[in-house]
Formats: sequence, structure tokens, C-alpha cells
Amino acid sequence: MGFEYAPAPESRAVVDLRSSYGLFVDGEFTDATDGRTFKSVSPATEEVLAEVTEAGPGDVDRAVRAARRAYNKVWSRMPGAERAKYLFRIARIVAERSRELAVLESLDNGKPIRESRDVDLPQVAAHFFYYAGWADKLQYAGLGQDPLPVGVAGQIIPWNFPLLMLAWKIAPALACGNTVVLKPAETTPLTALAFAEICQQADLPAGVVNIVTGAGETGRALVEHDDVDKIAFTGSTEVGKAIARTVAGTRKRTTLELGGKAANVVFDDAPLDQAVEGIVNGIFFNQGHVCCAGSRLLVQESVYDEVLARLKRRMQTLRVGDPLDKNTDVGAINSAEQLARIRELSDVGEREGAERWSPACQLPDRGYWFPPTVFTGVSQAHRIAREEIFGPVLSVLTFRTPAEAVEKANNTPYGLSAGVWAEKGSRILWMADRLRAGVVWANTFNKFDPTSPFGGYKESGYGREGGRHGLEAYLAR
Amino acid sequence: MPAESRRVDVRKTYKLFIGGSFPRSESGRTYVVEDAKGRFVANAALASRKDARDAVVAARKAFGGWAGRTPYNRGQVVYRVAEMLEGRRAQLADEVARGEGIAGKRADEAVSAAVDRLVWYAGWADKVAQVVGTSNPVAGPYFDFTLPEPTGVVAVVAPQDSSLLGLVDVVAPAIVTGNTVVVLAAESRPVPAVILGEVLATSDVPAGVVNVLTGKVAEVAPWLASHMDVNALDLAGVEEPAVARDLEVAAADNLKRVLRPRAESWDDVPDISRMLWALETKTVWHPIGV
Amino acid sequence: MTTVSSSAAGVDEATRSPSTLRRFLHGLPGVDQVGAEARATGLATRSIKTTAKEWALDLAVRMIDLTTLEGQDTPGKVRALCAKGMRPDPSDGTCPAVAAICVYSDMVPVAKEALARSGVKVASVATAFPSGRAALDVKLADTHGAVEAGADEIDMVIDRGAFLAGDYQRVHDEIVAVRQACGDRAHLKVILESGELVTYDNVRRASWLAMLAGADFIKTSTGKISPAATLPVTLVMLEAVRDFRDTTGRQVGVKPAGGIRTSKEALRHLILVNETVGDDWLSPDWFRIGASSLLNDLLMQRAKMATGRYAGPDYFTLD
Repeated sequence: MGFEYAPAPESRAVVDLRSSYGLFVDGEFTDATDGRTFKSVSPATEEVLAEVTEAGPGDVDRAVRAARRAYNKVWSRMPGAERAKYLFRIARIVAERSRELAVLESLDNGKPIRESRDVDLPQVAAHFFYYAGWADKLQYAGLGQDPLPVGVAGQIIPWNFPLLMLAWKIAPALACGNTVVLKPAETTPLTALAFAEICQQADLPAGVVNIVTGAGETGRALVEHDDVDKIAFTGSTEVGKAIARTVAGTRKRTTLELGGKAANVVFDDAPLDQAVEGIVNGIFFNQGHVCCAGSRLLVQESVYDEVLARLKRRMQTLRVGDPLDKNTDVGAINSAEQLARIRELSDVGEREGAERWSPACQLPDRGYWFPPTVFTGVSQAHRIAREEIFGPVLSVLTFRTPAEAVEKANNTPYGLSAGVWAEKGSRILWMADRLRAGVVWANTFNKFDPTSPFGGYKESGYGREGGRHGLEAYLAR
Repeated sequence: MPAESRRVDVRKTYKLFIGGSFPRSESGRTYVVEDAKGRFVANAALASRKDARDAVVAARKAFGGWAGRTPYNRGQVVYRVAEMLEGRRAQLADEVARGEGIAGKRADEAVSAAVDRLVWYAGWADKVAQVVGTSNPVAGPYFDFTLPEPTGVVAVVAPQDSSLLGLVDVVAPAIVTGNTVVVLAAESRPVPAVILGEVLATSDVPAGVVNVLTGKVAEVAPWLASHMDVNALDLAGVEEPAVARDLEVAAADNLKRVLRPRAESWDDVPDISRMLWALETKTVWHPIGV
Repeated sequence: MTTVSSSAAGVDEATRSPSTLRRFLHGLPGVDQVGAEARATGLATRSIKTTAKEWALDLAVRMIDLTTLEGQDTPGKVRALCAKGMRPDPSDGTCPAVAAICVYSDMVPVAKEALARSGVKVASVATAFPSGRAALDVKLADTHGAVEAGADEIDMVIDRGAFLAGDYQRVHDEIVAVRQACGDRAHLKVILESGELVTYDNVRRASWLAMLAGADFIKTSTGKISPAATLPVTLVMLEAVRDFRDTTGRQVGVKPAGGIRTSKEALRHLILVNETVGDDWLSPDWFRIGASSLLNDLLMQRAKMATGRYAGPDYFTLD
């Protein structure tokens, strides 16, 4: 008999799902002016989880007005030390409710509970805790003696790390004295709405945080609103460019955290077993729905066979399936639309002559699934080596010299992240110096921390989130 | 003295400064530069889109080497520019006074300030990373640090009013941090910019690090704004809000970092923001273990 | 599948001279400490439930080298331990026996007699256990004595001093000599004492060194040095036996020993085996756990699985 892990499902009972959710405006849940709604489904089962309100321009306007009032009357005037205490409260409540929020996140997003539990939620709480501490110390941030908040921030976040991206946006904004109107992604609104409840639980003054649910049109209304001082957006490069055009010529400040096509560079002297873990973590973490995913593996030719063999063997142990099973490594693709895009680009990869491989794995009948996939025989000219797939699909290329590795790694309009695996310290620093990317992980990958600035070069966007640098976006000099 | 026996001036046609050379515009065009009272000063090259293209190519070519210099060396090179400029104070003051229509004393002050500004920025080369870089105390066994890096090729529309000091104020912070620059000189007062180019050509600034175009904002700036190999766009000298907006829209094609025009007095000692906007921020992680 | 930079030919070359041996061992891929520990920690979150857990608990019992290695060991103590090893839970006939009883060499005759034909093996530590600080002839005499007395398995210690001094050849040759002393009568387990080698790079090199010299098993620790068996050390050793088999075709067993006291820790080790080397090693022939107090904890967990209530220590024998 072999070793079979019995199913180990996390209980859904910790989550108290409502059948419908309103918008969170001025401290209250309200319906949309025109009464429109949409449904949020579980991507693992296609089960409808809840009906969610779709905010129109009028609703966005209400939310921005509420944020402006709260900004003028309460939040921008409140001493930093008091703002801090609200943020500490939020950090504590998030930690206390973390199991419930992790389950809700996995239900709505499709990511494995192991990740929502061990990565997303601890990072969410840590982010609030970190920025809470900044609120009364802003004069030490190196951004002027008496730095002021920017005003009302319009924030638009993606579906890949719903609650974590919310934390990245809201925590620094509030710490600096701004008020926010945040739009979660239309496929993953539920944890943001749970967060609205947390704001109520924390007695956060009304209007400081407003949550408007909806899709692209809701986001557009927020970006175009005259009384928004700052736009913070995480999402696709295409939408990021549209936002940059929209805010052109206005007073609005913008930070954009967009797409990527990161190179993960493995040298022949790399610690191979850890490098393989890093490759796997780099591309299969969160189903590859990660803007900084290591989607282009660049392997030194002299260890290509060995790395590939180890990688494929390791991929065979990946457990794909029920996101709520504690032993699941790879969960569901977030939406039918995203699945279609992954399939399309993978098919293109095959048509262009790359060789496709996936381990044998049984995918559930219902829901949106894609097996961990690796393409070999890929060249820089292939679309799968250039376009962001945003799924569990790895393209493998080779190089011969460090200079060639740098050249190939940088040969992309993106510049969000990069990985280097080598044992030689001087070469790692040489590579880190030359890689044109906002985050370079050396002998590790996909690591995040509230103290560590994150953001891209080139078409991966501008501005940084995290750390002292993350304050810059929310303070006026 | 009778007119027929007076010495005739040798008038100069001011050329472009691209990749360390002084070409005429590829279009063969020039335009007349007048002084503040409308009198003829000189002919300047009227840059075309192809000149803008050539300048970007030169700037890109120079970028790797310039960014790769040690900050100490970049500081030395920029300081050398100040030394060279100091030696041409009189000529520059004349041109500034003529072009801007200000008194000799004020022109003198502007040139002095420009030299001093270069000295100030030269000193920043090896300090800015210490001011804006961080060591990040992450919750795990990792060494994690954040450093500024130059963004690449910076296109600048130089201030129209302050033809030398304003120019130095937009170019110096960009190059001292390791960027390379394509600057479109003040449209109607381009002469100090070309003289600066001549100073740079004989200083230690490598070819292509600063490229000076003279010509029309309306003609050249859109090509720089939409150029997919330009990383950042400084709109300092764009006076029409609608033009600035259009340039910013064009810049979004490859998500250039854009510095919008803002009310600025070039006489004031600046803060460091003009160095920061064209800097990228890189964070590096490495495990700590045995 | 070739998965180590050195091909099988490279392995043959490795032991040709001290310098080739050194080159080979230092040519093995490095181990990043943080990455290896993160992987082990990640696997520790695997959740084992119901039938899988029942099966794994029994397997863990069957893999135990039930150990007493004390200055105060007496024939009485060893006999009691043998009884416990043969019938760990007298109240439960379905409970399997352990794999072996592990004792000092002078206790081998006592253990051999007590275990008789039970199928439970006698393992003897040897070669000046635990320090290994003795002349080679003393170590070989120790080994011969244990084998003569009927030991089925010899757990030798490597010369950590020689290893840390870079004298890999000396370590290698000693293992070869002890392997010869074991002949075909006893299996050889080679104790690396990872707590004294300190780095995972050293653990990987020592693993390869032991395998190249003919070890049947590689074992983490004596149990006398802390830290002893940890998950990442076991992980690195499992990777080594996996790569060694891929390269040479010969399978070598792994034995973490010392520090594994609870069922949870034992199951985590089994998960490591399953995820790193798979089924081929999930048997007492290829994976052992050196332990003493672990056994009762496993028995208590078995009882919990069977009865649905938590067990108490008074209901399990202390030997």
C-alpha cells in the first residue's frame, strides 16, 4: 500500500455567508441606486456564493463624497497616534478572524487554503500592523518635516490576492491620513466586504473606508471622478495604461502595479533542490495568478537536463484540487474567462512548436481547472515567452553565459521581478545589479513582507508598495 | 569708423548636440533665434522627429556605461562640468541676458546659480542611495535591501523662461543619478543650451549622456513622448496645459514616468524630488544561512 | 534519469584518490539552508487523517529501531526492551513489532537471545560509539565482536574530526573497512552525526561519502548530540539517496535517529519520505526511525484512532 493522503477539508462552517451584499459607503451597507447586482461564484465548484451589488457612477460619487467628508472632518485632522490605534485594531481583528477569512478567500478565489491560511492572511495582518506603526512617525520617513496626506484615494485591486491587495492599498493610505474608496475585483469581492464589517467592528469612523463592488465600469467611474486625488491600481498593464491616459493632465497622482513576465535564472552552480522548489513556488504558487510569477525559466545549458528532470519529478507530487483541502498545492483557476486565456496561450505555445508537458493529474469535473504545465523548447520569439499568461504555465529557455542570461531576462517590456539561483555571491550581486526589475529574489522566490518595497520597472508600472517607500504614494511633499 | 572698414562678426549657427557630436538637423532646417527685443541673435538647428530619434538612440547607447560608472565617478564628472562652466561664465551671462532680456547682474546671478547647482548635484551622486535606500527588516531569515537605480533614457522639455539655470535644474538631477538625457532646449532661447552642450563635449561627460535638441516643442516633444525606448518624460517647459496633457497621454503607451509641469522658481535651491522621479526602486532578497 | 551533475562514470572516478574524492564531494550541488528548511516546514503542514493515519502509525511502529544506549544499560533492561519491541501493545494483537532493537555491542548476545526468532533484528552500535575517537583496529574489533555475537545490523559512526579536517579519504576508507568487517552477515548503517557536521552541505557530502564507501543505510545521529534528527536533515539525506540511486542504481536506506518523540514528528518524517523519494522507501527495509519514547506515543495514537478517545500513559508499558 502506498501513502494516500485522505481528504483533509477545512470546515466551511467558520464562514457565515450572506445571500447578498450591499456597497459599503459612509460606514453602512447600502444598495446600488439603480439596484443592479452580480453574482460571485466559487471557481472550484461554480457554486454561486452570494449576490453582490454593482456600483454605478452615482454610487461611486456617493462613496467619494463620503470619503471626502471623512477626510475633511475626521481623518486628516486626527493625530497620527489615534489613527494608528484604529489600524492596530484592524490588524488584531484580522488575526482573530483569520481562519474564517482564509476559508472565505479560498472559496471565492479558488486558491488553496494552505496558501490563504499561511501566506495571505498572516501577511494581511502584518501589513496593517506595520503601517499602523508609521501613522505617528511620518516625519521620520524622509519625506519632509510635516508630510501631509494626499486626500481621497481611489483604489482598484485584482482578484489574485483579494484581501492582501486590499491591505497593501488601505493600510498605508490610512496610516498617512488619507481616506479611501476601494473597488475589489468583480470575481472576488467577498473578503473586501468582510473587511468592511471589520471596519465596523473596529469602530473606524464612517467614510474613512468605502468599498464599491463592480467591474470595469465601476473602476472607470472611480478613476474619472473629479474629487479623487490619487489612484492606486493593481492589475493588467492594458488597464494601467488606460488609467494613465485618463489621469493625464489632471492633478491626480497615480501608482500602478501591473503585469510581469519574470525570468527565473538558474546557474549551473545553483543549490538545485532549492532551485527546483523556487521554480515550483515561482510559477505554481497561487495557480500562477501572480504578477511577479517566475514564468520564464532561464536555465544554464550545462544543467538543463538535470534541472528539467528534477522539475518534472517534483511537479508530479503537486496536488491539484479542492482549494479547501489542507493538502492541496494548486487550486482552481479564478474564472472561466481566465481559464480561456490560459488555454488559448497554451495552445498557441504548442502551435508555435514548443513542447508541452503536465504531470498526470485528475482534475475535478466542475469548476475551472488547469494542470501545472511546462513548455520546453521555447525561444524568446514565442508568445508564451513574451505575454503574461497569469496561470500555472512555465516556459523554459536556456542560456550559456551570465551576460546572455541578463540579456534574455531583460528582453521584455515588463520589469516587475526576477530570480537568480547560484552559489557564487559575487555573481548573484552582479546579476541583481543588472536585472531590470523592481524585485530580485536571489536563491528564493515569491517572498513578500510589509517592510519590503514591491513594484515594477518599465511597463510593470510605477510606485512602490510596502516599506518606507510605500508611504510616498500617500503623502504630499 | 566707416562701416566698410569695420570688422564683420563671425556669426555662428548653433547646431544640435547628439551622441557627443554637433550635427545639423537631418532636415537641413534652421530657425532664427532672436533676443528679448526681437533682434537677430543666431540661427539654430530646427530639430526634426528623426533628430529626436537619433538622440534617443545615442542616449540609450550611453545609458549602460553611464549607469555603470561608480557614483563617485559620476559626481566627479558632473563637478567637472561645473568647473568648465565657471570658465565660460562671461559668455553665458551675455547669452542669458540677451535671450531672457534681463540685466547683466541678474544674468550673472543666474549663471552663478547654475554653476552652484551643478556643484550641489555633483555631491549628491554618491549620497542619494544612502538617503533613499533602505535595509528592510523582513520577518524571516533574509537579507533584504532596497536601492535606487536610474530609470534609463529621460526626455526633457527644458523650461522656457530660465534658459540656463532652469536647464541645469532639469538635466543635472537626471544625469547625476545615472540616467541619460535628451533635452529639448527652451524654444526661443536655445543658445545657452547649445553652449552647455559645447561645455559637455569638452568635459568628461561621455558621448550620448546628454543630448541637446533645439526646435519646436509642438513638433519634437510628441515624438519623444511616444517613443517606446524613452523611460521618463519631464514636461517642465511645456506651458500649454492641453499640450502637457496630450504628451502625458502619449507617454502612457509604454508607461513612462512623467513629471508634470508645475509652478517652480528655478532660483530656489531645490529639494531632491527631481532626482527621485527618474529613479527606479529595486529590492533584493537573499536568504541568510550557513 | 541522470539527476546529479556527476554521471555514474564520475562516481567511479570519485574514489580514485583523495583529490578526486574531494573534487567530487565539493562538486555536489549546494544546499541552501533557508530553502531546505522552508521545504521541510511546508511539508510539515500536510494533514494526515483517518485511514491514511492508521496505516502510517503502524508503518512508523514497524520502522522503529527501539533503542537503549546508556552507560547504565543492563541485561535486564535490554531484555525488557526486547519484549516491548516484539509486542509493543500486549493488549492489542494487531499491533506490529518494531524493526530492530538497537544496543551497545556488549549487549548484542542478550538481545539476540531475547529476540530469538521473532523477526525483530538486533542492531549494534560500534566503532567507538558515539564519539568515534579510537584507533581503526579498535573500531574494527568492536565491529567484529558485534557481528560475531549475532548483530544483524551495525550502526557505525564516522570520524567527524577527519571529515571536518577535510580528510574525506580517511573517513571513506574507515567505512570501507567496517563494511568489510560486517561481511555479508550484517547490514551497515553509517551515522553522520549531522549535529556535529553543522551545515547541510556537509550532510549532503557525508551522505555521498558514506554511500560511495558502501553504506546500506545512512543515519542522521547518535542521539547523544543536539540537534539530532531534524526534518531538513532527513530531507537532505533523502535527496542524497534518491540522487545516488538515480546515478548508480543502488538503493540506500535512511534512518533519522534521536529527537523524534511524538507521532506527529514521526508522521512528518514519513511525509518527507513520501514526497521526496516515494513508495520505494516507505518500508522498514529502507527507512528506520531510531527512537525510544516515540513508541509509546505511537501506541497512544493508535489507541485513540481505535477507540475514539484520548489515551493515558498508564495504559502503556514503560520499559
